[in-house]
Amino acid sequence: MELIISKYNYWVYIILMMIGFYAMIGKRNLVKKLVGMNIFQTAIILYFVSTGAKRGATIPIVEHGHGEVAHAIQAAHYVNPLPHVLMLTAIVVMVSTFGVALAIIIMLYRRYNTLEEDEILELRK
Amino acid sequence: MIAHLEDVIIQTVCRILIPFIQVYGLYVIAHGHHSPGGGFQGGVILGAGFILFCVAYDINEAKRRLSEKLDTVFCSLGLIIYSGIGFTCLVLGGNYLNYSRLGRILPVDPVNARSLGILGIEIGVGITVMAVMVSIFLDLVSRGKHEEGLG
Amino acid sequence: MKPLALIAVLMTGILLLYGTIDMPNWGDPDSPASIHVSPRYIEKTVEETAVPNVVTSVLADYRGYDTLGETVVIFTAAMACILLIRRPRK
Repeated sequence: MELIISKYNYWVYIILMMIGFYAMIGKRNLVKKLVGMNIFQTAIILYFVSTGAKRGATIPIVEHGHGEVAHAIQAAHYVNPLPHVLMLTAIVVMVSTFGVALAIIIMLYRRYNTLEEDEILELRK
Repeated sequence: MIAHLEDVIIQTVCRILIPFIQVYGLYVIAHGHHSPGGGFQGGVILGAGFILFCVAYDINEAKRRLSEKLDTVFCSLGLIIYSGIGFTCLVLGGNYLNYSRLGRILPVDPVNARSLGILGIEIGVGITVMAVMVSIFLDLVSRGKHEEGLG
Repeated sequence: MKPLALIAVLMTGILLLYGTIDMPNWGDPDSPASIHVSPRYIEKTVEETAVPNVVTSVLADYRGYDTLGETVVIFTAAMACILLIRRPRK
């Protein structure tokens, strides 16, 4: 029980990842698979951001930071900023792959006039 | 592909809201130093304001304000600003993207020159992200059938 | 097809949950992600760059080269959409 209570953020994000994963492999429509991929990527981003949290800490913006800073800055007061930085890049990659995937779906619709994966595989034979 | 519905309520509300959305996007880009924000976030807000205009009014109206040719120029302009600042730092004697060397042409000390270099590249990133959001939206909505091409 | 997908998803989920036994607790200030290079960024950012926002200074100054590659990625996505969808005028 101790394992679940002290690490329950990982459990929640793994359940969300598995929902997205099931949508990617279990549905037949191509747009539903794409939405599943988006849910999967969002769960991974939230998972990484949650690994940088610290108990009792505030957001990573130095307080009273205008001009000269007279007081010492303690790193334990602020949340770890590195996962936030890496996940900004990951969000932009998510948007880019979503845009290009939608463009490919439009091309597939022009060619085969359907969006179900088994009908497309039938028409290719 | 988007059927054009002339709805008075949506058009009036959008006419009032869109200038505030654009000013808020510029605020988020400019205040990246002191509050959460920066280039990517402000660029997405500016792009979302333009997409709201496309949804409320006709797409041809929106293309009269920001044509596709000008939009592709904006995509490249942001990257040119980013690389240009990097090359300026290289020409002035430091490493690529070492902003403290900008203190030789700007009248500030090297620590504040890094702050100004960060502001410059965030502006470049904001312009590119706004242009890319608008470009992908216009491509997906019109499915390629548009009246004016790229050349 | 759907029962097979369900079995695969459940097995992957159980393997991932088994892997979280070794992960650090939530909110631990001594986790390995927070004690190597991240305290140096938090302590030195105001005296070296005069920017209080640690996320912006790391993204645009200490790791500025990665942000350049990132901007090229989103530019390439726009070019890919243009090349795939636009048809030349007849």
